[in-house]
Amino acid sequence: MSAIPTYAAQVPEAGLKAALQTDRPGLISIIAASGLKGRGGAGFPTSVKWNFAAAAQAERKFILCNADEGEPGTFKDRVILMEHPDLVFEGMTIAGKAVGAREGILFLRGEYAYLRGGLEAALARRREQGLLGPDILGSGLCFDIRIFMGAGAYICGEETALIECLEGFRGEPRNRPPFPVNTGYLGFPSVVNNVETLAWAACILANGAPWFRAAGTEKSTGRKLFSVSGDCGKPGVYELPMGITVAQLLMEVQGTDAKAVQIGGAAGQCVPARDFHRTLAFEDIPTGGSVIVFGPQRDMLEVLHNFLEFFTDESCGQCTPCRVGNAKLLEGVERLQAGTCSMAYLKELCALGETMQLASKCGLGQSSPNGFLSVVEHFREEIMGRMLARA
Amino acid sequence: MLMTERERCAAEISALAGKLGHDRASLVPILLEVKRKYHRIDSYAMQVIGDLLGIHPVEVHSVVSFYAFLGDHHQGRFVIRLCRTISCAMQGKDRVMRQLENDLGIRFGETTADGAFTLEWANCMGMCDQGPALLVNDRIFTRVTPERVHDILEECRRVFGVHAAEAKEVHLT
Repeated sequence: MSAIPTYAAQVPEAGLKAALQTDRPGLISIIAASGLKGRGGAGFPTSVKWNFAAAAQAERKFILCNADEGEPGTFKDRVILMEHPDLVFEGMTIAGKAVGAREGILFLRGEYAYLRGGLEAALARRREQGLLGPDILGSGLCFDIRIFMGAGAYICGEETALIECLEGFRGEPRNRPPFPVNTGYLGFPSVVNNVETLAWAACILANGAPWFRAAGTEKSTGRKLFSVSGDCGKPGVYELPMGITVAQLLMEVQGTDAKAVQIGGAAGQCVPARDFHRTLAFEDIPTGGSVIVFGPQRDMLEVLHNFLEFFTDESCGQCTPCRVGNAKLLEGVERLQAGTCSMAYLKELCALGETMQLASKCGLGQSSPNGFLSVVEHFREEIMGRMLARA
Repeated sequence: MLMTERERCAAEISALAGKLGHDRASLVPILLEVKRKYHRIDSYAMQVIGDLLGIHPVEVHSVVSFYAFLGDHHQGRFVIRLCRTISCAMQGKDRVMRQLENDLGIRFGETTADGAFTLEWANCMGMCDQGPALLVNDRIFTRVTPERVHDILEECRRVFGVHAAEAKEVHLT
Protein backbone atom coordinates (compact mmCIF):
# COMPACT_ATOMS: atom_id res chain seq x y z
CA MET A 1 0.00 0.00 0.00
CA SER A 2 1.00 3.64 -0.27
CA ALA A 3 2.93 5.64 2.28
CA ILE A 4 0.06 8.10 2.63
CA PRO A 5 -2.06 7.39 5.71
CA THR A 6 -5.47 6.19 4.60
CA TYR A 7 -8.96 6.85 5.77
CA ALA A 8 -8.98 4.16 8.40
CA ALA A 9 -5.70 5.31 9.95
CA GLN A 10 -6.88 8.70 11.20
CA VAL A 11 -6.13 9.82 14.74
CA PRO A 12 -9.52 10.35 16.43
CA GLU A 13 -10.49 14.00 16.86
CA ALA A 14 -7.12 15.30 15.65
CA GLY A 15 -8.91 17.33 12.97
CA LEU A 16 -11.37 18.81 15.42
CA LYS A 17 -8.64 19.75 17.92
CA ALA A 18 -6.66 21.42 15.14
CA ALA A 19 -9.79 23.26 14.03
CA LEU A 20 -10.43 24.58 17.54
CA GLN A 21 -6.96 26.18 17.47
CA THR A 22 -7.64 27.89 14.14
CA ASP A 23 -9.81 30.93 13.44
CA ARG A 24 -12.69 30.84 10.95
CA PRO A 25 -10.94 32.41 7.92
CA GLY A 26 -7.95 30.19 8.70
CA LEU A 27 -10.12 27.05 8.51
CA ILE A 28 -11.56 28.01 5.15
CA SER A 29 -8.14 28.86 3.75
CA ILE A 30 -6.80 25.44 4.78
CA ILE A 31 -9.68 23.76 2.94
CA ALA A 32 -9.11 26.10 -0.02
CA ALA A 33 -5.40 25.23 -0.07
CA SER A 34 -6.23 21.52 -0.11
CA GLY A 35 -8.36 21.97 -3.24
CA LEU A 36 -11.07 19.68 -1.80
CA LYS A 37 -14.03 19.38 -4.17
CA GLY A 38 -17.49 17.96 -3.48
CA ARG A 39 -17.22 14.18 -3.28
CA GLY A 40 -20.87 13.59 -4.18
CA GLY A 41 -19.95 13.97 -7.83
CA ALA A 42 -20.68 17.58 -8.72
CA GLY A 43 -17.16 18.63 -7.75
CA PHE A 44 -17.95 22.10 -6.43
CA PRO A 45 -15.04 23.49 -4.38
CA THR A 46 -15.90 22.96 -0.72
CA SER A 47 -14.08 26.06 0.49
CA VAL A 48 -16.14 28.30 -1.83
CA LYS A 49 -19.36 26.85 -0.44
CA TRP A 50 -18.18 27.36 3.15
CA ASN A 51 -17.01 30.86 2.35
CA PHE A 52 -20.40 31.93 0.96
CA ALA A 53 -22.20 30.56 4.01
CA ALA A 54 -19.63 32.14 6.36
CA ALA A 55 -20.11 35.54 4.71
CA ALA A 56 -23.93 35.38 4.95
CA GLN A 57 -25.43 37.30 7.86
CA ALA A 58 -28.16 35.35 9.66
CA GLU A 59 -29.47 34.40 13.08
CA ARG A 60 -29.19 30.70 12.38
CA LYS A 61 -27.09 28.66 9.96
CA PHE A 62 -27.13 24.95 9.22
CA ILE A 63 -24.67 22.26 8.23
CA LEU A 64 -26.57 19.60 6.30
CA CYS A 65 -24.84 16.31 5.66
CA ASN A 66 -26.16 14.64 2.53
CA ALA A 67 -26.36 10.92 3.30
CA ASP A 68 -29.04 10.29 0.67
CA GLU A 69 -26.71 8.07 -1.28
CA GLY A 70 -29.04 6.86 -4.03
CA GLU A 71 -26.94 6.78 -7.18
CA PRO A 72 -26.96 3.24 -8.57
CA GLY A 73 -23.67 1.55 -7.79
CA THR A 74 -22.68 3.89 -4.96
CA PHE A 75 -22.18 2.59 -1.43
CA LYS A 76 -19.06 4.33 -0.12
CA ASP A 77 -21.11 6.58 2.20
CA ARG A 78 -22.74 3.54 3.77
CA VAL A 79 -19.28 2.17 4.56
CA ILE A 80 -18.09 5.51 5.98
CA LEU A 81 -21.21 5.87 8.15
CA MET A 82 -20.87 2.32 9.37
CA GLU A 83 -17.15 2.26 10.08
CA HIS A 84 -16.09 5.89 10.57
CA PRO A 85 -19.17 7.83 11.73
CA ASP A 86 -17.02 9.98 14.04
CA LEU A 87 -15.03 11.29 11.10
CA VAL A 88 -18.26 12.57 9.51
CA PHE A 89 -19.51 14.18 12.72
CA GLU A 90 -16.08 15.69 13.27
CA GLY A 91 -16.20 17.14 9.74
CA MET A 92 -19.66 18.57 10.39
CA THR A 93 -18.45 20.20 13.61
CA ILE A 94 -15.48 21.72 11.79
CA ALA A 95 -17.79 23.01 9.05
CA GLY A 96 -20.02 24.43 11.79
CA LYS A 97 -17.13 26.39 13.23
CA ALA A 98 -15.97 27.55 9.77
CA VAL A 99 -19.33 29.02 8.75
CA GLY A 100 -20.62 29.95 12.20
CA ALA A 101 -23.43 27.36 12.35
CA ARG A 102 -24.62 25.81 15.59
CA GLU A 103 -26.93 23.18 14.16
CA GLY A 104 -26.16 20.18 12.00
CA ILE A 105 -28.57 17.71 10.41
CA LEU A 106 -27.58 14.37 8.94
CA PHE A 107 -30.08 13.53 6.19
CA LEU A 108 -30.06 9.74 6.16
CA ARG A 109 -31.86 7.94 3.34
CA GLY A 110 -34.77 5.71 4.33
CA GLU A 111 -33.04 2.62 2.94
CA TYR A 112 -30.22 3.12 5.48
CA ALA A 113 -32.54 3.07 8.51
CA TYR A 114 -30.52 0.15 9.92
CA LEU A 115 -27.54 2.50 10.33
CA ARG A 116 -29.49 4.88 12.54
CA GLY A 117 -28.96 3.05 15.84
CA GLY A 118 -25.19 3.08 15.46
CA LEU A 119 -25.16 6.72 14.42
CA GLU A 120 -27.38 7.82 17.33
CA ALA A 121 -25.09 5.93 19.71
CA ALA A 122 -22.05 7.69 18.23
CA LEU A 123 -23.78 11.06 18.67
CA ALA A 124 -24.68 10.28 22.29
CA ARG A 125 -21.10 9.24 23.00
CA ARG A 126 -19.77 12.43 21.42
CA ARG A 127 -22.10 14.52 23.61
CA GLU A 128 -20.84 12.68 26.69
CA GLN A 129 -17.22 13.24 25.68
CA GLY A 130 -17.88 16.94 25.16
CA LEU A 131 -17.30 16.71 21.41
CA LEU A 132 -20.79 18.02 20.73
CA GLY A 133 -22.90 20.41 22.76
CA PRO A 134 -22.83 23.96 24.10
CA ASP A 135 -19.10 24.11 24.88
CA ILE A 136 -17.04 21.72 22.77
CA LEU A 137 -13.83 20.67 24.60
CA GLY A 138 -13.99 23.87 26.65
CA SER A 139 -13.44 26.06 23.59
CA GLY A 140 -16.79 27.86 23.74
CA LEU A 141 -17.80 26.39 20.37
CA CYS A 142 -21.47 25.37 20.31
CA PHE A 143 -22.62 22.72 17.85
CA ASP A 144 -25.01 19.78 17.85
CA ILE A 145 -26.21 17.26 15.29
CA ARG A 146 -29.50 15.45 14.78
CA ILE A 147 -30.55 12.77 12.32
CA PHE A 148 -33.41 13.20 9.86
CA MET A 149 -34.72 10.16 8.01
CA GLY A 150 -35.50 10.39 4.31
CA ALA A 151 -38.52 8.58 2.91
CA GLY A 152 -37.22 6.85 -0.19
CA ALA A 153 -36.63 9.37 -2.97
CA TYR A 154 -33.49 9.44 -5.13
CA ILE A 155 -34.16 13.08 -6.02
CA CYS A 156 -33.56 14.13 -2.39
CA GLY A 157 -29.84 13.73 -3.06
CA GLU A 158 -30.17 17.00 -4.97
CA GLU A 159 -29.41 19.68 -2.39
CA THR A 160 -32.51 21.84 -2.82
CA ALA A 161 -34.81 18.79 -2.97
CA LEU A 162 -33.15 17.58 0.25
CA ILE A 163 -34.04 20.89 1.89
CA GLU A 164 -37.63 20.68 0.59
CA CYS A 165 -37.93 17.25 2.23
CA LEU A 166 -36.48 18.55 5.51
CA GLU A 167 -39.06 21.34 5.48
CA GLY A 168 -41.91 18.87 4.97
CA PHE A 169 -42.57 19.27 1.26
CA ARG A 170 -42.38 17.05 -1.81
CA GLY A 171 -38.77 16.57 -2.82
CA GLU A 172 -38.94 18.83 -5.84
CA PRO A 173 -35.75 20.77 -6.64
CA ARG A 174 -35.90 24.55 -6.42
CA ASN A 175 -34.63 27.05 -8.91
CA ARG A 176 -31.08 28.16 -8.16
CA PRO A 177 -30.19 30.94 -7.41
CA PRO A 178 -30.83 31.58 -4.60
CA PHE A 179 -28.38 28.91 -3.52
CA PRO A 180 -28.73 27.09 -0.18
CA VAL A 181 -25.62 28.86 1.12
CA ASN A 182 -27.77 32.02 1.17
CA THR A 183 -31.34 30.75 1.42
CA GLY A 184 -31.39 27.16 2.59
CA TYR A 185 -33.22 25.21 5.29
CA LEU A 186 -36.08 27.35 6.69
CA GLY A 187 -34.64 30.24 4.67
CA PHE A 188 -31.36 30.28 6.63
CA PRO A 189 -27.89 29.89 5.07
CA SER A 190 -27.12 26.18 4.82
CA VAL A 191 -24.11 24.21 3.68
CA VAL A 192 -25.03 20.89 2.06
CA ASN A 193 -22.02 18.56 1.87
CA ASN A 194 -21.64 14.92 0.97
CA VAL A 195 -20.69 12.43 3.71
CA GLU A 196 -17.28 11.78 2.17
CA THR A 197 -16.52 15.50 1.70
CA LEU A 198 -17.07 16.16 5.41
CA ALA A 199 -14.97 13.16 6.40
CA TRP A 200 -12.12 14.38 4.19
CA ALA A 201 -12.41 17.87 5.69
CA ALA A 202 -11.70 16.32 9.10
CA CYS A 203 -8.70 14.41 7.68
CA ILE A 204 -7.34 17.56 6.02
CA LEU A 205 -7.51 19.54 9.26
CA ALA A 206 -5.66 16.74 11.03
CA ASN A 207 -2.89 16.31 8.44
CA GLY A 208 -2.71 19.61 6.59
CA ALA A 209 -3.46 20.66 3.04
CA PRO A 210 -0.09 19.51 1.55
CA TRP A 211 -0.79 15.97 2.80
CA PHE A 212 -4.04 15.96 0.84
CA ARG A 213 -2.53 17.53 -2.27
CA ALA A 214 0.22 14.90 -2.36
CA ALA A 215 -2.20 12.63 -4.22
CA GLY A 216 -4.36 13.39 -7.23
CA THR A 217 -4.03 15.82 -10.09
CA GLU A 218 -3.74 19.61 -10.30
CA LYS A 219 -7.52 20.10 -10.69
CA SER A 220 -8.67 17.04 -8.76
CA THR A 221 -6.61 16.87 -5.61
CA GLY A 222 -6.46 14.13 -3.05
CA ARG A 223 -7.79 10.64 -2.79
CA LYS A 224 -11.32 9.42 -3.25
CA LEU A 225 -13.45 6.46 -2.32
CA PHE A 226 -14.72 4.39 -5.24
CA SER A 227 -17.63 1.97 -4.97
CA VAL A 228 -16.91 -0.87 -7.37
CA SER A 229 -19.55 -3.43 -8.34
CA GLY A 230 -20.50 -5.58 -11.31
CA ASP A 231 -18.45 -8.12 -13.22
CA CYS A 232 -15.13 -8.05 -11.38
CA GLY A 233 -13.22 -10.32 -9.04
CA LYS A 234 -13.08 -8.00 -6.04
CA PRO A 235 -16.07 -5.65 -5.73
CA GLY A 236 -16.10 -3.25 -2.78
CA VAL A 237 -14.96 0.19 -1.66
CA TYR A 238 -11.50 1.36 -2.75
CA GLU A 239 -9.55 4.41 -1.65
CA LEU A 240 -7.53 5.55 -4.66
CA PRO A 241 -5.90 8.79 -5.79
CA MET A 242 -7.91 10.97 -8.16
CA GLY A 243 -6.63 10.90 -11.73
CA ILE A 244 -5.99 7.16 -12.04
CA THR A 245 -6.99 5.60 -15.33
CA VAL A 246 -9.92 3.26 -15.77
CA ALA A 247 -7.46 0.52 -16.75
CA GLN A 248 -5.48 0.93 -13.50
CA LEU A 249 -8.67 0.71 -11.49
CA LEU A 250 -9.78 -2.42 -13.34
CA MET A 251 -6.42 -4.01 -12.62
CA GLU A 252 -6.92 -3.32 -8.92
CA VAL A 253 -10.43 -4.83 -8.82
CA GLN A 254 -9.70 -7.78 -11.14
CA GLY A 255 -12.03 -6.71 -13.91
CA THR A 256 -9.62 -6.43 -16.83
CA ASP A 257 -11.78 -8.38 -19.29
CA ALA A 258 -14.54 -5.75 -19.08
CA LYS A 259 -16.09 -4.51 -22.30
CA ALA A 260 -17.35 -1.29 -20.71
CA VAL A 261 -17.45 0.51 -17.38
CA GLN A 262 -20.24 2.77 -16.17
CA ILE A 263 -18.66 5.64 -14.25
CA GLY A 264 -20.75 7.95 -12.07
CA GLY A 265 -23.74 5.63 -11.75
CA ALA A 266 -26.87 5.69 -13.88
CA ALA A 267 -26.40 9.44 -14.32
CA GLY A 268 -22.79 9.00 -15.39
CA GLN A 269 -21.30 7.82 -18.63
CA CYS A 270 -20.53 4.48 -20.18
CA VAL A 271 -16.85 4.15 -21.06
CA PRO A 272 -16.00 1.49 -23.69
CA ALA A 273 -12.83 -0.62 -23.53
CA ARG A 274 -10.97 1.49 -26.10
CA ASP A 275 -11.24 4.51 -23.75
CA PHE A 276 -9.88 2.79 -20.64
CA HIS A 277 -6.83 5.08 -20.77
CA ARG A 278 -9.05 7.97 -19.64
CA THR A 279 -8.77 9.20 -16.06
CA LEU A 280 -11.18 9.42 -13.15
CA ALA A 281 -10.96 13.12 -12.35
CA PHE A 282 -13.22 16.16 -12.50
CA GLU A 283 -11.40 17.38 -15.65
CA ASP A 284 -11.88 14.08 -17.52
CA ILE A 285 -14.57 11.68 -16.25
CA PRO A 286 -16.23 13.23 -13.20
CA THR A 287 -17.61 10.78 -10.67
CA GLY A 288 -19.23 10.51 -7.29
CA GLY A 289 -17.45 7.21 -6.93
CA SER A 290 -19.74 4.71 -8.62
CA VAL A 291 -17.95 2.25 -10.90
CA ILE A 292 -20.01 -0.55 -12.44
CA VAL A 293 -18.05 -3.09 -14.48
CA PHE A 294 -19.71 -4.81 -17.45
CA GLY A 295 -18.20 -8.08 -18.58
CA PRO A 296 -18.06 -9.25 -22.20
CA GLN A 297 -21.36 -11.13 -21.93
CA ARG A 298 -23.48 -8.10 -20.91
CA ASP A 299 -26.17 -6.74 -23.21
CA MET A 300 -25.83 -2.94 -23.18
CA LEU A 301 -29.51 -2.48 -24.05
CA GLU A 302 -30.55 -4.36 -20.95
CA VAL A 303 -28.29 -2.07 -18.94
CA LEU A 304 -29.85 1.01 -20.54
CA HIS A 305 -33.33 -0.36 -19.98
CA ASN A 306 -32.56 -0.77 -16.29
CA PHE A 307 -31.17 2.79 -16.00
CA LEU A 308 -34.10 4.40 -17.80
CA GLU A 309 -36.66 2.47 -15.75
CA PHE A 310 -34.86 3.84 -12.73
CA PHE A 311 -35.06 7.44 -13.99
CA THR A 312 -38.71 7.25 -15.07
CA ASP A 313 -39.46 5.97 -11.57
CA GLU A 314 -37.36 8.54 -9.73
CA SER A 315 -38.03 11.68 -11.80
CA CYS A 316 -39.94 14.06 -9.53
CA GLY A 317 -42.21 14.94 -12.45
CA GLN A 318 -41.90 18.66 -11.99
CA CYS A 319 -40.40 19.64 -15.36
CA THR A 320 -41.41 18.30 -18.76
CA PRO A 321 -38.02 17.47 -20.35
CA CYS A 322 -37.23 15.04 -17.54
CA ARG A 323 -40.71 13.61 -16.92
CA VAL A 324 -41.55 12.97 -20.58
CA GLY A 325 -38.01 12.66 -21.92
CA ASN A 326 -37.03 9.70 -19.78
CA ALA A 327 -40.24 7.86 -20.67
CA LYS A 328 -39.55 8.46 -24.37
CA LEU A 329 -35.97 7.24 -24.09
CA LEU A 330 -37.17 4.11 -22.28
CA GLU A 331 -39.68 3.49 -25.06
CA GLY A 332 -36.86 3.96 -27.58
CA VAL A 333 -34.72 1.35 -25.82
CA GLU A 334 -37.65 -1.08 -25.95
CA ARG A 335 -37.91 -0.43 -29.69
CA LEU A 336 -34.20 -1.12 -30.08
CA GLN A 337 -34.63 -4.33 -28.13
CA ALA A 338 -37.48 -5.36 -30.39
CA GLY A 339 -35.44 -4.42 -33.45
CA THR A 340 -37.98 -1.88 -34.69
CA CYS A 341 -36.07 1.38 -34.33
CA SER A 342 -35.06 3.27 -37.49
CA MET A 343 -31.85 5.27 -37.67
CA ALA A 344 -33.90 8.44 -38.15
CA TYR A 345 -35.80 7.77 -34.91
CA LEU A 346 -32.61 6.96 -33.05
CA LYS A 347 -31.23 10.34 -34.13
CA GLU A 348 -34.43 11.99 -32.90
CA LEU A 349 -33.94 10.30 -29.54
CA CYS A 350 -30.35 11.53 -29.34
CA ALA A 351 -31.56 15.06 -30.08
CA LEU A 352 -34.16 14.64 -27.34
CA GLY A 353 -31.40 13.54 -24.97
CA GLU A 354 -29.42 16.68 -25.73
CA THR A 355 -32.53 18.80 -25.15
CA MET A 356 -33.00 17.15 -21.77
CA GLN A 357 -29.39 17.95 -20.86
CA LEU A 358 -30.00 21.61 -21.65
CA ALA A 359 -33.59 22.16 -20.57
CA SER A 360 -34.13 20.08 -17.42
CA LYS A 361 -34.39 21.96 -14.17
CA CYS A 362 -32.03 19.93 -12.02
CA GLY A 363 -29.17 17.50 -12.25
CA LEU A 364 -31.41 14.44 -12.54
CA GLY A 365 -32.89 15.36 -15.90
CA GLN A 366 -29.67 16.99 -17.09
CA SER A 367 -27.68 13.82 -16.52
CA SER A 368 -30.20 11.02 -17.08
CA PRO A 369 -29.65 10.91 -20.89
CA ASN A 370 -25.85 10.53 -20.43
CA GLY A 371 -25.99 6.75 -20.32
CA PHE A 372 -28.25 6.54 -23.36
CA LEU A 373 -26.13 8.92 -25.40
CA SER A 374 -22.84 7.25 -24.55
CA VAL A 375 -24.12 3.73 -25.27
CA VAL A 376 -25.58 4.87 -28.61
CA GLU A 377 -22.26 6.53 -29.43
CA HIS A 378 -19.98 3.65 -28.48
CA PHE A 379 -22.07 0.52 -29.04
CA ARG A 380 -24.03 1.34 -32.18
CA GLU A 381 -22.80 -1.89 -33.74
CA GLU A 382 -24.31 -3.89 -30.90
CA ILE A 383 -27.68 -2.19 -30.55
CA MET A 384 -28.83 -1.72 -34.16
CA GLY A 385 -30.77 -4.23 -36.25
CA ARG A 386 -31.70 -6.55 -33.40
CA MET A 387 -33.68 -9.68 -34.16
CA LEU A 388 -36.18 -10.89 -31.59
CA ALA A 389 -34.08 -13.95 -30.88
CA ARG A 390 -34.13 -13.84 -27.10
CA ALA A 391 -37.85 -13.17 -26.74
CA MET B 1 -63.15 2.92 10.96
CA LEU B 2 -64.74 2.53 14.40
CA MET B 3 -65.26 5.73 16.41
CA THR B 4 -63.10 4.37 19.20
CA GLU B 5 -60.37 3.49 16.71
CA ARG B 6 -60.50 6.98 15.25
CA GLU B 7 -60.22 8.56 18.67
CA ARG B 8 -57.26 6.39 19.54
CA CYS B 9 -55.58 7.14 16.22
CA ALA B 10 -56.09 10.91 16.68
CA ALA B 11 -54.74 10.76 20.23
CA GLU B 12 -51.67 8.85 19.13
CA ILE B 13 -50.92 11.20 16.26
CA SER B 14 -51.37 14.15 18.58
CA ALA B 15 -48.88 12.62 21.01
CA LEU B 16 -46.46 12.08 18.12
CA ALA B 17 -46.72 15.71 17.08
CA GLY B 18 -46.12 16.69 20.70
CA LYS B 19 -42.89 14.72 20.60
CA LEU B 20 -41.69 15.58 17.08
CA GLY B 21 -42.98 19.15 16.80
CA HIS B 22 -46.03 21.01 15.45
CA ASP B 23 -44.29 22.75 12.56
CA ARG B 24 -44.28 21.69 8.93
CA ALA B 25 -40.68 20.48 9.19
CA SER B 26 -42.02 17.65 11.39
CA LEU B 27 -44.33 16.39 8.65
CA VAL B 28 -42.12 13.70 7.13
CA PRO B 29 -40.97 12.29 10.52
CA ILE B 30 -44.61 12.12 11.71
CA LEU B 31 -45.74 10.42 8.50
CA LEU B 32 -42.93 7.86 8.68
CA GLU B 33 -43.89 7.04 12.24
CA VAL B 34 -47.61 6.72 11.39
CA LYS B 35 -46.79 4.46 8.45
CA ARG B 36 -44.57 2.28 10.62
CA LYS B 37 -47.24 1.90 13.28
CA TYR B 38 -50.44 1.51 11.22
CA HIS B 39 -48.93 0.16 7.97
CA ARG B 40 -50.94 2.77 6.10
CA ILE B 41 -51.72 6.48 6.13
CA ASP B 42 -55.46 6.84 5.50
CA SER B 43 -57.38 10.00 4.72
CA TYR B 44 -58.51 10.35 8.33
CA ALA B 45 -54.90 10.32 9.57
CA MET B 46 -53.98 12.88 6.92
CA GLN B 47 -56.82 15.12 8.12
CA VAL B 48 -55.66 14.86 11.74
CA ILE B 49 -52.05 15.60 10.79
CA GLY B 50 -53.14 18.55 8.64
CA ASP B 51 -55.13 20.01 11.54
CA LEU B 52 -52.25 19.57 13.97
CA LEU B 53 -49.67 21.21 11.71
CA GLY B 54 -52.02 23.91 10.44
CA ILE B 55 -51.88 22.85 6.78
CA HIS B 56 -54.51 21.59 4.34
CA PRO B 57 -54.93 17.80 4.21
CA VAL B 58 -54.28 17.99 0.46
CA GLU B 59 -50.80 19.28 1.27
CA VAL B 60 -50.30 16.24 3.49
CA HIS B 61 -51.53 13.98 0.70
CA SER B 62 -49.16 15.59 -1.81
CA VAL B 63 -46.24 14.63 0.43
CA VAL B 64 -47.60 11.16 1.22
CA SER B 65 -48.01 10.35 -2.47
CA PHE B 66 -44.53 11.59 -3.39
CA TYR B 67 -42.30 9.36 -1.29
CA ALA B 68 -41.74 5.66 -1.90
CA PHE B 69 -41.68 4.87 1.85
CA LEU B 70 -44.99 6.63 2.49
CA GLY B 71 -48.02 6.31 0.17
CA ASP B 72 -51.66 5.81 1.19
CA HIS B 73 -51.83 2.12 0.24
CA HIS B 74 -52.07 -0.56 2.88
CA GLN B 75 -48.91 -2.51 3.62
CA GLY B 76 -48.29 -5.74 5.44
CA ARG B 77 -46.43 -6.04 8.73
CA PHE B 78 -43.36 -7.05 6.76
CA VAL B 79 -42.55 -4.92 3.76
CA ILE B 80 -40.06 -6.74 1.58
CA ARG B 81 -38.22 -4.41 -0.78
CA LEU B 82 -36.07 -6.09 -3.39
CA CYS B 83 -33.42 -3.98 -5.10
CA ARG B 84 -33.96 -3.87 -8.86
CA THR B 85 -31.05 -1.66 -9.84
CA ILE B 86 -28.33 -2.72 -12.25
CA SER B 87 -25.76 -4.36 -9.95
CA CYS B 88 -28.38 -6.46 -8.17
CA ALA B 89 -30.01 -7.20 -11.55
CA MET B 90 -26.69 -8.53 -12.86
CA GLN B 91 -26.37 -10.73 -9.77
CA GLY B 92 -29.70 -12.49 -10.27
CA LYS B 93 -32.48 -10.45 -8.66
CA ASP B 94 -35.01 -11.91 -11.13
CA ARG B 95 -34.75 -15.39 -9.67
CA VAL B 96 -35.12 -14.01 -6.13
CA MET B 97 -38.20 -12.11 -7.32
CA ARG B 98 -39.73 -15.27 -8.80
CA GLN B 99 -39.13 -17.24 -5.61
CA LEU B 100 -40.62 -14.51 -3.39
CA GLU B 101 -43.73 -14.44 -5.58
CA ASN B 102 -43.98 -18.23 -5.57
CA ASP B 103 -43.55 -18.59 -1.82
CA LEU B 104 -46.02 -15.84 -0.92
CA GLY B 105 -48.51 -16.40 -3.74
CA ILE B 106 -48.65 -12.70 -4.61
CA ARG B 107 -47.07 -10.47 -7.24
CA PHE B 108 -44.83 -7.46 -6.63
CA GLY B 109 -46.89 -4.48 -5.48
CA GLU B 110 -49.35 -6.72 -3.63
CA THR B 111 -49.98 -7.68 0.01
CA THR B 112 -50.82 -11.17 1.27
CA ALA B 113 -54.44 -11.72 2.37
CA ASP B 114 -53.43 -12.16 6.03
CA GLY B 115 -51.75 -8.73 5.97
CA ALA B 116 -48.35 -10.17 6.85
CA PHE B 117 -46.23 -9.49 3.74
CA THR B 118 -45.98 -6.85 1.06
CA LEU B 119 -43.67 -7.17 -1.94
CA GLU B 120 -42.22 -3.96 -3.34
CA TRP B 121 -39.38 -2.89 -5.57
CA ALA B 122 -36.66 -0.60 -4.31
CA ASN B 123 -34.14 1.39 -6.26
CA CYS B 124 -30.46 1.02 -5.43
CA MET B 125 -30.04 0.47 -1.69
CA GLY B 126 -26.25 0.66 -1.57
CA MET B 127 -25.44 -3.04 -1.37
CA CYS B 128 -24.21 -3.30 -4.95
CA ASP B 129 -21.09 -5.29 -4.02
CA GLN B 130 -23.14 -7.90 -2.14
CA GLY B 131 -26.26 -8.32 -4.25
CA PRO B 132 -28.95 -9.31 -4.70
CA ALA B 133 -30.07 -7.30 -1.68
CA LEU B 134 -33.44 -6.89 -0.03
CA LEU B 135 -34.84 -5.02 2.96
CA VAL B 136 -37.39 -6.54 5.31
CA ASN B 137 -38.73 -3.43 7.03
CA ASP B 138 -35.47 -1.90 8.34
CA ARG B 139 -33.39 -5.03 8.18
CA ILE B 140 -31.03 -5.68 5.30
CA PHE B 141 -30.29 -9.06 3.72
CA THR B 142 -27.47 -9.42 1.20
CA ARG B 143 -26.35 -12.11 -1.25
CA VAL B 144 -29.90 -13.47 -1.24
CA THR B 145 -30.39 -16.65 -3.21
CA PRO B 146 -33.75 -18.15 -4.25
CA GLU B 147 -33.04 -20.89 -1.73
CA ARG B 148 -32.61 -18.44 1.16
CA VAL B 149 -35.95 -16.74 0.46
CA HIS B 150 -37.81 -19.43 2.39
CA ASP B 151 -35.60 -19.00 5.48
CA ILE B 152 -36.08 -15.23 5.45
CA LEU B 153 -39.87 -15.56 5.27
CA GLU B 154 -39.89 -18.22 7.99
CA GLU B 155 -37.86 -15.97 10.25
CA CYS B 156 -40.44 -13.20 9.82
CA ARG B 157 -43.28 -15.59 10.63
CA ARG B 158 -41.47 -16.78 13.72
CA VAL B 159 -41.08 -13.22 15.03
CA PHE B 160 -44.79 -12.41 14.72
CA GLY B 161 -47.68 -14.75 13.79
CA VAL B 162 -47.11 -17.02 16.82
CA HIS B 163 -49.55 -19.84 16.06
CA ALA B 164 -48.80 -20.12 12.37
CA ALA B 165 -45.10 -20.16 13.05
CA GLU B 166 -45.31 -22.89 15.69
CA ALA B 167 -47.30 -25.15 13.39
CA LYS B 168 -44.83 -24.59 10.55
CA GLU B 169 -41.84 -25.31 12.74
CA VAL B 170 -43.26 -28.71 13.67
CA HIS B 171 -43.55 -29.52 9.98
CA LEU B 172 -40.02 -28.39 9.33
CA THR B 173 -38.44 -30.62 11.98
